Amino acid sequence: MKHETEFEISFDGGPVPARQGQTIGAVLHAAGIRSWRTTRFGGRPRGLFCGIGVCFDCLVTVNGTPSLRACQTEALPGDEVTSG
Amino acid sequence: MTYDLVVIGGGPAGMAGAAAAALAGLRVALVDGGPRLGGQYFRHPHSAEPLRGRFPRLRAAVAGRATVLARHRVWTVQREDDLLAVHCLAGERDERPRTVRGRRLLIATGAHDRSLPFPGWDLPGVLTAGGAQALLKGDRVVAGRRIVVAGTGPFLLPVASGLAGAGADVAGVYEANRLTGIARRARPAPAKVAEATGYALELLRHRVPFHAGQAVIAAHGDTGLTHVTVARLDRDWRPLATRTVECDTLAVGYGFLPQLDLPVQLGCATRPGVDGSPVVEVDAGLRTSVPGVYAAGEATGVGGADLAEVEGLLAGRTVAMDLGRTARPAPALARRRRRLTAFAEALLRAYPVRDGWRGWLSPGTLVCRCEEVPYARVLEARDLGALDSRAIKLLARPGMGWCQGRVCGYAVACLMGEAPQPPRRPIAQPIRLGDLADQPEETP
Ligand code: FES
Repeated sequence: MKHETEFEISFDGGPVPARQGQTIGAVLHAAGIRSWRTTRFGGRPRGLFCGIGVCFDCLVTVNGTPSLRACQTEALPGDEVTSG
Repeated sequence: MTYDLVVIGGGPAGMAGAAAAALAGLRVALVDGGPRLGGQYFRHPHSAEPLRGRFPRLRAAVAGRATVLARHRVWTVQREDDLLAVHCLAGERDERPRTVRGRRLLIATGAHDRSLPFPGWDLPGVLTAGGAQALLKGDRVVAGRRIVVAGTGPFLLPVASGLAGAGADVAGVYEANRLTGIARRARPAPAKVAEATGYALELLRHRVPFHAGQAVIAAHGDTGLTHVTVARLDRDWRPLATRTVECDTLAVGYGFLPQLDLPVQLGCATRPGVDGSPVVEVDAGLRTSVPGVYAAGEATGVGGADLAEVEGLLAGRTVAMDLGRTARPAPALARRRRRLTAFAEALLRAYPVRDGWRGWLSPGTLVCRCEEVPYARVLEARDLGALDSRAIKLLARPGMGWCQGRVCGYAVACLMGEAPQPPRRPIAQPIRLGDLADQPEETP
């Protein structure tokens, strides 16, 4: 097994532990953060649903780039993730 | 560089197809949206490539022979004279346009979970079965503490046993079908029986109860899932009696839908599969109706990894032969394909989706998650005269959001009383058009 680097990313300013290769969606979900945006009309909380890039429920802003699929975006050290 | 063959999809079918074609002497590019080869079935963490089983063998067969283009998401394919131009977005955050050209194209884009709507299915904590599996296999994240697994199909067993084995408290597996006479109808190969027995033993070991003829018909919670309503179902999936089960996570899936955006864009003929959902029509050599375009794996009918791999091998050989290479006939492979197809079709028949799920909906239940279209608005549009799912889409907007109907398309078609249609999506991936126009295009 290759060495698994551990690092931190931040979610709305707070630290969240991550392992190399994990997606941002997995990192947040593992930390008990299950929702990171609300819907346009109903303001409903959303997080992971399909987990494989199909549903677009997991959209998130990373380092200022909006509308990335959290389940398809690999976490990198120092990533600043913001809810929206 | 122009390739002889571009393969789209790095799962079992795509890897096998790329390997077979490359072994026959073709220049092959294998394109996949993910960071590593494997697709959903061979999904593995960054740090632990599987050392046993089919994956390492396929990986070795592909390595050094085919050009692997990971993190390349295909958004469209266009014909350019004799060539097929596969337009990709490379990278994850900084999408760069990149075009890969080939004389032949093999589509091996796999499948995703088939979802049915029910009250509360958009609460955080409700995941597809495939999503829970992807978290576990790819990220080594157990989806929750107390998990309910529900839906229909043989896939629920590996999901539940994987979660239980990883330490989750799996409150139960709720299989909506009754599974009477499955073994007789499907006549599984001994290896399949052993696999299923293995999952069953694992569930037994972790004291996970398995309930056939039951389903989760509602999910509850304020900002996240806290409990679900489980119902005993009649033959048509109408609820008979209900009870509440506490859980923080629900993994739910009703079988799989092939990803058909690209073959449909290219004009490949489709036909209704045995479960009613469209699949790409192919001949014994996995050729689609469009010259130069081949399909293998779930796109030709949902059948699992073994069948996908066999189809990939056959497709790779066919491409080689069609390009004038000599390939020895492979009657054993063709026989294996027929046998695995018969088994897969028997399973699809044993795990149908029954109409009674429509009765689980209440007027406020979202049918389309993206555009937040409640069931009431679908009914309203129908009352206004929308006769099919296309008209409904225009009136009530289900399927017009980010996912382009991938999640709700099946349900909307069923609610309109029509057979699920092949997708009509001009692009297979949302793209930022402005970005595309601004950037010089690379070709690998
Ligand atoms: S969870 Fe569906 S796209 Fe990420």
